[in-house]
Amino acid sequence: MRTVCFYFQVHQPFRIKPYRFFDIGEDHHYWNDYLNRLVIRKVAQKCYLPMNSLLLELIEKHGIKFKVAFSISGTFLDQIEAYAPEVLESFQRLVATGQVELLNETYSHSLASLKSKDEFVSLVKKHQQRIQHLFQGYTPKVFRNTELIYSDQIGKMVAELGYDGMLTEGAKHILGWKSPNYVYSNSLAPEFKVLLKNFRLSDDIAFRFGDNTWGDFPLTTSKFVNWLNALPKEEPVVNLFMDYETFGEHQWAETGIFEFMKHLPEEIFSNSNFTFSTPSEVLASLSPVSSIHVPTPISWADEERDLTAWLGNDMQDEAFDRLYELEKQVRSTGDPELIRDWEYLQTSDHFYYICTKFFSDGSVHEYFSPYDTPYDAFINYMNVLSDFILRVKQAHESRATTLTQA
Amino acid sequence: MKVLMFGWEFPPHISGGLGTACYGLVQGMNFHNQEVIFVVPKLWGDEEPVADFVNASKISIDYRERRFKKLWKNLTYLEVNSYLVPYLGPKEFKKYTSSVQQDRTAMQESVFSNSFEFSGKYGKNLMEEVSRYALVGAQIARDRQDFDIIHAHDWLAYPAGIAAKEISGKPLVVHVHATEYDRSGESVNFPVFEIERAGMHAADHVVAVSQLTKNICVRKYGIPPEKVSVLHNAVLDASIITSAYQKKVPEKIVTFLGRITFQKGPEYFVEAAKKVIDRDPNVRFVMAGSGDLLTKMVDRVAELRIGTKFHFTGFLKGDDVDHMYAISDVYVMPSVSEPFGIAPLEAVRHNTPVIISKQSGVAEVLTNAIKIDFWDVDAMADAIFGLLHYESMARMFKELGGDELKKLKWEHVAAKLVTVYEKILAQRT
Repeated sequence: MRTVCFYFQVHQPFRIKPYRFFDIGEDHHYWNDYLNRLVIRKVAQKCYLPMNSLLLELIEKHGIKFKVAFSISGTFLDQIEAYAPEVLESFQRLVATGQVELLNETYSHSLASLKSKDEFVSLVKKHQQRIQHLFQGYTPKVFRNTELIYSDQIGKMVAELGYDGMLTEGAKHILGWKSPNYVYSNSLAPEFKVLLKNFRLSDDIAFRFGDNTWGDFPLTTSKFVNWLNALPKEEPVVNLFMDYETFGEHQWAETGIFEFMKHLPEEIFSNSNFTFSTPSEVLASLSPVSSIHVPTPISWADEERDLTAWLGNDMQDEAFDRLYELEKQVRSTGDPELIRDWEYLQTSDHFYYICTKFFSDGSVHEYFSPYDTPYDAFINYMNVLSDFILRVKQAHESRATTLTQA
Repeated sequence: MKVLMFGWEFPPHISGGLGTACYGLVQGMNFHNQEVIFVVPKLWGDEEPVADFVNASKISIDYRERRFKKLWKNLTYLEVNSYLVPYLGPKEFKKYTSSVQQDRTAMQESVFSNSFEFSGKYGKNLMEEVSRYALVGAQIARDRQDFDIIHAHDWLAYPAGIAAKEISGKPLVVHVHATEYDRSGESVNFPVFEIERAGMHAADHVVAVSQLTKNICVRKYGIPPEKVSVLHNAVLDASIITSAYQKKVPEKIVTFLGRITFQKGPEYFVEAAKKVIDRDPNVRFVMAGSGDLLTKMVDRVAELRIGTKFHFTGFLKGDDVDHMYAISDVYVMPSVSEPFGIAPLEAVRHNTPVIISKQSGVAEVLTNAIKIDFWDVDAMADAIFGLLHYESMARMFKELGGDELKKLKWEHVAAKLVTVYEKILAQRT
């Protein structure tokens, strides 16, 4: 059997509103409700609703032969619940077909795996509970970390949580001559399986589809299936991992992306011997060919496939370190509002906005950032963080007073 | 006595301290019943009627006047393609110059055209406006004979002052509020320097806003010291401001408020902040303003890992400026070179103790302030720490600073200026 494994990432951050120095100590609402709602509503119309109904249509048409997987961040779920309940319903309908797998991630699309095991585990559990609550007790078996960040250590940590396997990037500098089209195992926990993104074929759809300067433009379903067929016969699985917003948002409807997806399954069924599988099906049916060594974390971002989109410049490191310094203090307050803000502030996007890599990937960064410059993003984030630190401090002080009074 | 004054801006339409100083001076002249004809490139109509205003945009040039052609020839030192914009850093300047390509002949035509609309700002056609302003100065000097002396404020108006002097033969005073050395350090913009030098040399007398500025006039522009008088600026209103605005953070606040440019020394403030925060984490630092060094400062703050204690507000206007002063426990002006510097006096009005660099003119008039060398970040950190922790010192500054302000009146400045005028006129006869 040869199979195609589609996984779509669905995520939106809680963007921070313009938060001024004068607001510190007074205004404790950090989120740009207007912009966040606007983005959800807009992308719902352009992507989530039409693409969900297309997938539902494909499942109805092809029956059990067609399946996909989603990882839906908690910050996204919270926002559709508030701003676009019809989107939540359409995801629920998809999951109810039984042919859509949901993956587990950190609740707030956090970078905690790089900093704190406790925090990471707590966010993973919270996401799991959120999924169970919204999708009739559904319990994910496969894990995907924020931005497909993976290392041997992170893999081991996830293995200990009892997951079957994990998804990450088929980064060139990790694979070398090896192919991403096999199942691999974690080098520290040999039982734990790792699925690698085929970034060439994934990015042909996600990034290059509508690019008319691309040599292979326009991409048709038969061209794509020819490429699948051209892969060495012994390679069993092609992992096509991408942002869900690819459909209709990054690649507009006018590019023909919906038509492409609509016809891809039948093209695959009629002109190749590929099937569709979900990640847990792939993990169950294939054994690892070897272990993969990833001593330093990789991700699916930018040319480097490393962490430098979120961490590495002084501003990012400063924001990140100041935030995680607070972990124990925040958690020990037990205050639900503080904990919610703490989790939302961890969302990787906030650090992405502070990225100063202006070269090849700068345009992608600019596209995704609500700020004019990384400096604005940093100043705004630090103002909010300063207020948050004050609140945490106050919570402890008032708790100390209550304790002494008692 | 009647003075023909050339300025560049006048309240309420100002972008720097120059307009405010001109306003104060005119008020002071009124106090002593001296008449002022005040020329500005552009009048907006909402200026307070404190002087006999002349709108340079409304003056048409008489082409038949041969002397103007000669003047124009002498104005050729206004390097046409010099793209002069103050307050731009080298990077922005480069971006800017590459986008503007002017034609020499086009400029001559527009400068000599019948009507010319001044922007009155510090924009891309600044040099063109300065040249036209000089011709306007000549035209006014020819049309109006009813003045005794000419007074030009800062380099933008010097060519107008020189032209007016040449046409009328009346004596000229140039008023140095700032020099190119203050704005750009040693990397001076040569055309501006040339205009400044020509203005000071053509003048019968030079007025400098501080001893510091006088020294620059003498050392860098070669003006004989006896030709330069120091007239410190004053404040329009010395009353103490009590604000109802409350600060919302428990920590003490130390503030830098000004343009974030080389001249203002922001980097020394950041370094001092680090030293203070290391000793006392219960302090917040605020850098209010914008400028070409802003991003560099943000980078440095992140590098020093003091981002949760050091805040940037961006450019503040209106009430926010007052609020900022009101919630500050210490105000710091670490200017590298500040001809005068009115902002610390605003802080004093808000009962905020101030730390000022010895390289500022205001240090010459303000006794109740801590004065440090701009580069001495240890001394700056000590001073900040001291003012935050030893309340007696801060209290003393508050009590005495207010009294000191009351002595800084524009009528005193105007009185001195009148004496300067009288001396010049006496020398002539």
